[in-house]
Amino acid sequence: MTPGILWVYLESTPLLGLVSTLVAWQAAVACSRALGDRPATNPVLIAIALLAGLLLLTRTPYAAYFQGAQYIHFLLGPATVALAVPMHAALGGIRRSAHAILPAILAGAAVSAASAMLIARALGGSRTVILSLAPKSVTTPIAMGVAEGIGGNASLAAVFVLMTGLVGIALGPPLLRLVRVDDWRARGLAAGTAAHGLATARILLLNETAGAYGGLAIGLNGVITAVIVPPLARWLVG
Amino acid sequence: MLRALTTLILCQFVGEVVARALGLPLPGPVLGLLLLLGLLVLRGGPDEAMRSTSTGLLRHLSLLFVPAGVGVVTQLDALAQDWVAVAGAILVSTALGLVVTGVVMQRLSR
Repeated sequence: MTPGILWVYLESTPLLGLVSTLVAWQAAVACSRALGDRPATNPVLIAIALLAGLLLLTRTPYAAYFQGAQYIHFLLGPATVALAVPMHAALGGIRRSAHAILPAILAGAAVSAASAMLIARALGGSRTVILSLAPKSVTTPIAMGVAEGIGGNASLAAVFVLMTGLVGIALGPPLLRLVRVDDWRARGLAAGTAAHGLATARILLLNETAGAYGGLAIGLNGVITAVIVPPLARWLVG
Repeated sequence: MLRALTTLILCQFVGEVVARALGLPLPGPVLGLLLLLGLLVLRGGPDEAMRSTSTGLLRHLSLLFVPAGVGVVTQLDALAQDWVAVAGAILVSTALGLVVTGVVMQRLSR
C-alpha cells in the first residue's frame, strides 16, 4: 500500500478520529502536568488545539474526524445520567438546603443567559452568535439542543460551552474568594450552574461535597435553562 | 460494570423516548438523570458496580468535551468576525453567574 492509499483507507474508518482524540488527550494531560496544571494549560484546551490544528493542517473535514470521535462524544449522555450517583450521595444535605438551592440556581441561570445575550448584542455580535451564547452555561448536549431550538448554531454552542467552562475554572476560585463565598456547597453550586461539568470536574478533585452540589447544579440548571432560555431569548433578542 | 453501564444507557434511552414522545423541552440525558436518581432513592443507593462505573465515567468527564470542542474548526469565520462580542459576553456573564449563584446560595443556606 502506498502512503496515499493508506491515508484514504484510514480516512474512511472511524479509527482515525478515535485514535487521534485519545492520543491527543494523553499528550494534553502530560503537557498540562509538565506546565504545572494551571487553568490556561487545561488539557481540554490543549487537546482541542492539537486536534483542530491537525484537521486544518491535513485538510480533514470535521465530519470525517467526528465519524470516529462520536464514540467518545456519545459517552456524554451516560455520563450526564451518571451524575445522579454523586447527586444521590448529597441528597440528605440537598433536602435540608433546597430552599437555598433553587433560588440560587434560578438566579444564576437567568443572570448568565441574559447577560451573555445583552453583552454580545451590545458588542455587535451576529444574531446566530447571540442565540448560540444563551445556553453556554449548561452541559454540552443540552446547550446544543437549546441553541438549535432558538435559532442558534449547535457547533458554535458547543464551543461557547467549552470556553465558559475554561473561564469558570480560571475565574471561579479567585472570584468566589473575593466575594467571600467559602462554603463548599455554594462553591460547587456556583461552578455547576455557571460553568457546568468542566468546572464541576475540576472542583470534584478538590472537595467531594462541592462536586455533589456541582453535579446537582448541572442537572437542575440543564432543566431550568431548557425551560427559561427560549422565552428569555425571544424577549431580549426578538 | 457492564450491568451498570447498561442501566445508565437504558435510563438515557427512556429519557430520550419520553422527551420526544411528550414533546418536552428537556434533553433525554437530563430526564435519564432524574430517572436514575429516582431509582437510587427507591433502592436506597447505588450498588458497588454502579458506584465504581459512574465514578470512572465522571473522572474522565473532561475528555468527553473534546470531540464537540474540535467543532470550532467549522466556526472559525463566525468567531473571527465576532470574537470581541464572544469574549466579552463569556467572560462577564460567567463571572456574574458564578458570583450570583455562590452568593445567593451562601446567604440563603445560613
